[in-house]
Amino acid sequence: MRACVPDYELRVALNLPDALGLLAREPGTWQPFAGGTDLMMLFEAGKLSHKRYLSLAKVADLRGIEATDSAVTLGALTTYTEIQKHPVLRSEFPLLVAAARETGSVATQNRGTLGGNIVNASPAADSPPALLVYDAEVEFVSVRGARWLPYHGFHTGYKKMQFAPDELLRRIRLPRRATPWRQYYRKVGTRKAQAISKVCFAGAALVDGGAIRDIRIALGSVAPIVMRAVKTEDALRSSTVTRDSVAAAREVLAREIAPIDDIRSTARYRMRVAQNLLEEFLAQLAK
Amino acid sequence: MSDAAERVDITCTVNGEQRRVAAYPMARLLDVLREEMRLTGTKEGCGEGECGACAILLNGAIVNSCLVPAIEADGADIRTIEGIAKGEDLHAVQSAFLECGGAQCGICTPGMIIAAVSLLERHPHPTEEEVREGLSGNLCRCTGYQRIFAAVVRACELTSAKRVPAR
Amino acid sequence: MDEKYFGHSVPRKEGRDKVTGRAQYVDDLTFPDMLHGVTVRSSIARGRIRGIHFGEGIPWSDFTIVTAADIPGKNEIALIEHDQPCLAAELIHHPEEPIVLLAHPDRYLLEEARRAVQIDVEPLPAVFSIEDSLAKRPVIFGDDNIFKSYRVEKGDVDSAWAQADVIVEGEYRTGAQEQLYIENQGMIAKASPEDGVTVWGSLQCPYYVHKALVVLFGLSSEKIRVIQAETGGGFGGKEEYPSMIAAHAALLAWKSGKPVKIVYDRAEDMVATTKRHPSRTRHRTGVTREGKLVAMDIDFVIDGGAYATLSAVVLSRGTIHAAGPYVCPNVRIRSQAVATNAPPHGAFRGFGAPQSIFALERHLDQVARAVNLTPEEFRRRNFIRKRQTTATGQIVGEDVNLGALLDRAFRESDYDAKRERFARENPSATVKRGIGFSSFMHGAGFTGSGEVYLASVVEIEATKEGTVRVLAASTEIGQGTNTIFSQIAAEALGIGYDRIEIVRPDTGAVPNSGPTVASRTSMVVGKLVEEAALELKRKLLESGLLCDACTEDEFARACRRYIETRGPLRARSQYEPPPGLRWDDATYSGDAYGAYAWAVYVAEVAVDTVTFEARVTDFVAVQEVGKVIHPVLAAGQIEGGVAQAIGLALYENVAWREGRMANGQMTNYIMPTAMDVPPIRVFFEEQPYPFGPHGAKGIGELPMDGPAPAILNAIENATGVSVNEIPATPEVLMEAMTSKAGVLV
Repeated sequence: MRACVPDYELRVALNLPDALGLLAREPGTWQPFAGGTDLMMLFEAGKLSHKRYLSLAKVADLRGIEATDSAVTLGALTTYTEIQKHPVLRSEFPLLVAAARETGSVATQNRGTLGGNIVNASPAADSPPALLVYDAEVEFVSVRGARWLPYHGFHTGYKKMQFAPDELLRRIRLPRRATPWRQYYRKVGTRKAQAISKVCFAGAALVDGGAIRDIRIALGSVAPIVMRAVKTEDALRSSTVTRDSVAAAREVLAREIAPIDDIRSTARYRMRVAQNLLEEFLAQLAK
Repeated sequence: MSDAAERVDITCTVNGEQRRVAAYPMARLLDVLREEMRLTGTKEGCGEGECGACAILLNGAIVNSCLVPAIEADGADIRTIEGIAKGEDLHAVQSAFLECGGAQCGICTPGMIIAAVSLLERHPHPTEEEVREGLSGNLCRCTGYQRIFAAVVRACELTSAKRVPAR
Repeated sequence: MDEKYFGHSVPRKEGRDKVTGRAQYVDDLTFPDMLHGVTVRSSIARGRIRGIHFGEGIPWSDFTIVTAADIPGKNEIALIEHDQPCLAAELIHHPEEPIVLLAHPDRYLLEEARRAVQIDVEPLPAVFSIEDSLAKRPVIFGDDNIFKSYRVEKGDVDSAWAQADVIVEGEYRTGAQEQLYIENQGMIAKASPEDGVTVWGSLQCPYYVHKALVVLFGLSSEKIRVIQAETGGGFGGKEEYPSMIAAHAALLAWKSGKPVKIVYDRAEDMVATTKRHPSRTRHRTGVTREGKLVAMDIDFVIDGGAYATLSAVVLSRGTIHAAGPYVCPNVRIRSQAVATNAPPHGAFRGFGAPQSIFALERHLDQVARAVNLTPEEFRRRNFIRKRQTTATGQIVGEDVNLGALLDRAFRESDYDAKRERFARENPSATVKRGIGFSSFMHGAGFTGSGEVYLASVVEIEATKEGTVRVLAASTEIGQGTNTIFSQIAAEALGIGYDRIEIVRPDTGAVPNSGPTVASRTSMVVGKLVEEAALELKRKLLESGLLCDACTEDEFARACRRYIETRGPLRARSQYEPPPGLRWDDATYSGDAYGAYAWAVYVAEVAVDTVTFEARVTDFVAVQEVGKVIHPVLAAGQIEGGVAQAIGLALYENVAWREGRMANGQMTNYIMPTAMDVPPIRVFFEEQPYPFGPHGAKGIGELPMDGPAPAILNAIENATGVSVNEIPATPEVLMEAMTSKAGVLV
């Protein structure tokens, strides 16, 4: 345990206006603290350079999952455990449920939040590929008002995001699709539980009479951000799954991702397995 | 040294008793339990939330106390290994661990027992897959997990035999 | 013989404390006025210390600061050689080498202070691989970087090649492995020139720590006292390293005049303490076309890290086990332990044998293929039998029947049917299935004359209440020492298991029964417990105060009367070697071990061709162990060892960067979770060993030897691809399974 504990302040926001007010008065001074599973790890390693945190644990406005006919909206503080329990998420958004189930362990899932995961912006995060495939939107709120933006494009570079120091992530919205899409999620980690992903693949496609009418592909751990493989999607949209189209898609994917060597895995492995997962996804579509 | 934070008053229920301590807000709940409250049954194995040796029940849910800041304990209901037995009457899980050889060196045991208790509270008759998944946040280096799985199964039997829910 | 306790799974002696959280490990202990201690370490692998600077903003005068200059005796962690300093004075030989110690009551301020100490270093060229070390690029130890070498010769290998119809060569590598006990290393010390030094801590060998502190402080034996706290796993990782951390805590206590506690966090424990020795083995094997071994030439090298520590002994065991449980008339084994600039590698369950056995059991599958035999048929034709000699010329004295063990292992694992089914199903499957095995032995106790040298002693003492206290230095580290010794004593004395007390290992109270290592605790020390107990009973019988068939109350009464009328009721036993054991250190030949356990392990795997992940899906472990003292504990040892070896085979990779472990966190150093282990099915055969308690042999390390080669043999069966290094991570498997064109082999 390498943190100098007395150096750190952790204030508890009583409600949303209280939190937003503080962020507005002292922008950049206070960073939000949700479940804490990422921040506390850095803290204990002696690597948490920022010293003043605002706990959102008591902000009820950031909790809860709401389903309407058109969308499911999750509060930023929704935990992975809550995601796994929700009936509409289980039936219509299984990739997000699968991602939540494979994040850490039960203990981590009880504390970790979807909002924290998004804002922590790890390129190896498990849920964001599912969010991208579901065309998720994120809502940021401040004393100046609220705005929605597409999650796709939210991450502009490694740990770079498009929101102001006085803004707080409030909700994540997943539009419900009228026709069910075929869905696939696979996380390749270092072991079967408590693993950081080496490659993470989420895919969904609207298949009609053997043809891919529309498709979404998102990957984690193969670029500085969790990414949508838009070129690969374009190559596959309006085509059918054949030996040739699969081989061609593999090539496009290879040019679109940029995996690296690190202490967990190699660029070569990530590249090859990402392509294999794409092929596995497409093979399932063909059935 | 930079500006220091102040200790804050934390009031919580621990193993059914009200406790009150003064702690830095970002202090680890693990350290508050072990040092302030002298409840040393909960262990540190990694300080990263990977090994589960620090597992406790916070408001009924299993969490790694090394990743929980002290301030979140305020107003909370906490159960640690010290509160699993009822006086000298062991919980079914504890008896089963003894019977089946679920503990060798014992350092992972408090967290593992918390995980097993939590699992059985959520799934009173877990499948093998549910047992493995429920315990996957607790690392054991001694047993290879085999006798821990057996202990969970045995705990279910002991609980059914008593017709009393695993508390 | 009707045994009341032997062979039964009695309750674990300290089990209740462990399941209720009452067991007290070192970090649970606290003393009034206690300071915390931390270690400032080197960030480079090799260099010269030019200066130590204490940064601004820290109230240094409130701190206790210790450097090498403060050491009262010798700046050395005494073990076998004298090359490892307690604190680096002038030269640095590995990353994380300890240089400065700090103590303060405030743990948080202490951490800030640690960061504020600046060590000025002048880097020197360093060496990080076995190849570079052998090539003396550069020389960092002695003249040639060799800590130790051995040569075993049987028959005449050079002439024997002519008799071989086929010669097969191979090279095999194993990586470092972190012991990863879930309880980090820790020590508390009290020390002063008047009172001497007392330490409490997480450890396996109290007398090793004792010896190290005697040399470090230059004090006489009775002035040093070492007490074991409840210990959360060791696996060898707490065999020699605790001497270092105890030395550090004691030096801070000595200088500050206060108790000092040093407990590592996981990151420090992983990067700074010992690991399993990495190895490289080269085999050259000559066989007849009927598959009989005629010549084995084995070159075995281990990477010892920066200081000699235990490398000579690890090398010894690896060397002796390198040719396996097979009969071959001509064997040469040349082995070396070399120096590199990594933190010294050290003891880890198996202690050299998992490394050399991995190579052998992979290699023999290749040799079998070269003469068109199945791996099992090849083994059957070469299994050693009674009256045949091992590579060191030891005549096998027992009726070993490895063929029968193989039969049983194959039956329990459904080997033949599975092999046939997988061969049929694999061509059209994305996930390839395979099954493989290994056959091996593990010698229990210290090698050769080691046990004679240790001259272990156990004492037993009866109380007036009729309870009996066992005094031994053997530590409970999870394997069941307390329980086993209680069973043995209770059985010998004819009294209840609950009437036996195992005294906490404390050098101030117990005799030196040797270290808790080398699979010797039950077999060697347990035997001494039995003898001492029988001696105590004899004393009571001879006194006329007790008759043979007595009740527990009569026993208690007899003890009280004896003590009241004659004084303390004690017995002592000291190790005597089994008759006829002969070992020659000069030629490294003779009876290497008094007893071997024999085993055949079968691993079933699934290899996913999409992700190149290999998973063990079923595991069968069959072993002959003399006698099973406690079925649950014995099976627990095998299951735990197999799980660790699955980690060694597939998951546990140390990522080295310039001699430093870069993945020193549990997030990035991967051991199996509850979701990663297969069912591990354990079966015992018993052929009593006359010199073990009730016939028991040692088994603690045996399960570490067999799984890795069995798993890689299974992977070869599943994929057709031969992988000769561990860990066989998915990255490694991918490279092996895909040809240059990127097509699956």
